[in-house]
Amino acid sequence: MQFFFEVLIGGLLSGVMYSLVALGFVLIFKASGVFNFAQGAMVYFAALSVVGCMEKGAPLWLALILAFGIMTLLGIATEKFVLRKMVNQPPIALFMATIGLSFFIDGFAPLLWGNEVRPLDIGLVDEPIPWILDSYNIVVSKFDLVAAGLALALVALLALFFQYTRVGRALRAVADDHQAALSIGIPLQHIWALVWAVAGFVALVAGMLWGSRNGVQFALTFTALKALPVLILGGFTSVPGAIVGGLIIGASEKLAEIYIPPVLAGWFGGNFGGIEGWFPYVMALLFLLVRPEGLFGEKHIDRV
Amino acid sequence: MIYRETGQFKTSYAADQQIFPIRQDRVGIGILLAVAFLVVPAVAGNYWFNAILIPFLIFSLAALGLNILTGYAGQLSLGSAAFMAVGAYAAYNFQVRVEGMPVLLSFVLAGLTAAGVGILFGLPSLRIKGFYLAVATLAAQFFIVWCLTKFPYLSNNSSSGVISVPGVEILGFKFDTPASRYLLVLSIVVALALLAKNMVRSSTGRAWMAVRDMDVAAEVIGIRLMRTKLLAFAVSSFYCGVAGALYAFCYLGSVEPDGFSLDLSFKILFMIIVGGVGSIMGSFLGAAFILLLPIFLDISLPALAGLLGLPFDGATVSHIQLMVFGALIMFFLIVEPHGLARLWQIGKEKLRLWPFPH
Repeated sequence: MQFFFEVLIGGLLSGVMYSLVALGFVLIFKASGVFNFAQGAMVYFAALSVVGCMEKGAPLWLALILAFGIMTLLGIATEKFVLRKMVNQPPIALFMATIGLSFFIDGFAPLLWGNEVRPLDIGLVDEPIPWILDSYNIVVSKFDLVAAGLALALVALLALFFQYTRVGRALRAVADDHQAALSIGIPLQHIWALVWAVAGFVALVAGMLWGSRNGVQFALTFTALKALPVLILGGFTSVPGAIVGGLIIGASEKLAEIYIPPVLAGWFGGNFGGIEGWFPYVMALLFLLVRPEGLFGEKHIDRV
Repeated sequence: MIYRETGQFKTSYAADQQIFPIRQDRVGIGILLAVAFLVVPAVAGNYWFNAILIPFLIFSLAALGLNILTGYAGQLSLGSAAFMAVGAYAAYNFQVRVEGMPVLLSFVLAGLTAAGVGILFGLPSLRIKGFYLAVATLAAQFFIVWCLTKFPYLSNNSSSGVISVPGVEILGFKFDTPASRYLLVLSIVVALALLAKNMVRSSTGRAWMAVRDMDVAAEVIGIRLMRTKLLAFAVSSFYCGVAGALYAFCYLGSVEPDGFSLDLSFKILFMIIVGGVGSIMGSFLGAAFILLLPIFLDISLPALAGLLGLPFDGATVSHIQLMVFGALIMFFLIVEPHGLARLWQIGKEKLRLWPFPH
């Protein structure tokens, strides 16, 4: 049972990381209706930028600011050169364009900063918290806990930003109805550039945490793909959904990885590791059959 | 002057409904096929067969499969490579496990197996569409590759799922030279392309397009959504499956599950975006383009760097390749969403007026 809880907590905490990436997806989807496949590549790019700036001799805080600047530039460029030219195209075409964007960033980032795997030290250590280990005998990583706290803070910050600032109100208006927002004088293009910058910021936070845990490397983009089932579970338009979905996916994939292979091996013999690779997707698929709009998503009504 | 249909009257329904109603098109396609079947085998060298022509035909077939699903029926799939894998492994298993199984029959059975798996993973499409479906097909991609790696039965107990296929032999004739394999692949691809062309002109194809354009409206006018969508998944997976079988039997000879990765799926998707979504010819043009581009970059980039005196290494080529792919996809989606096939059509329109535009 202890072991079960340990796996569960580890899974939940790693799920927070997925949530962070999913959050970036949700932000852009809410504001512009674009499903941004490049979010994973942006996480990679952001982490690489931080490492790159630090290698050039910048301290961590400066590197963070510089990386945020780069992500903002990327967001503005994406809006200007890709999205603006694709207004009124079907969403699926926009989606495919962001696949192109993710390939572009995947090539551009290592070209700019080099492609070798590099550690990223943000002053956090991945070690168990002593008092939990002593009193309950469960390993809970300090690092994961800080990451979870950071994610929560980020969500709270975003929620406040959306709810109480002028820009946040404009963002919600745009998300509701592009045309109506445009007609009351909200500058759509500024808003889009802004939301891409915010998504870049979220990618930066996610990239920092992931990078400092697994090293900054190309594989980050694949891990970031796991944010997709998270979105399906949580619903594409819901910030809390992204968080809850991330927790469910994180916990379930770790539990599946521990408990399913022995069962399969008992039936068929052989080694069945690596279930984490597909489990979230299949779970999302089954979930879709039952509840297509996700846990917190809006019900979709078709008009002919 | 040369491309003008004036004076070509259609006097029967059959003439009105033929695939290529314009005589010049018929002659052109005839010449193209004659060159492909007769001239190419005589002049092309082994490098051309192995590195360009055979993969080009196989990827065209896979792109054709994806185009039926995405271009005609409007269901985006990111799992085409997985269905190719199903085809490759199914054909292998039929060959190895059934004594005296004809190769062509095992290809067909491989296609049917892939179609079955395709229907299974197409089931969610009845409830979801767009991005949701794209994510659902990712499940197929990861799950199928994992299964092929982990279940030793599927790869006849070889280590880590690598299979080496037996040689191809039909009616006692061994397809062991590149030229003969090229001809085999070419025949299969031409036959299936013709079938696809006819399918998309038929009521099935029109139903697909109706579903693509607006599925609720299609349902209202009496198209059975479930049947239409699942049929699209089945046909598409059949094509991908046959392409996968050919990929293993006529191109690589030995394949591993990881070879059918997400990257390959994206490559096939890029082929139809560049070539033309919803166009049979576009699948061929796109496959040629996406296949030739890396070869072109491999040759031209080092030369360019040498000319400019820049330092250069292999990793840089692959990064630039990724960038060029990404930029191209965005470029095509922005500038010409219907891809190369549309450019070809525009060219033909221009040619009709040439040399006297009015």
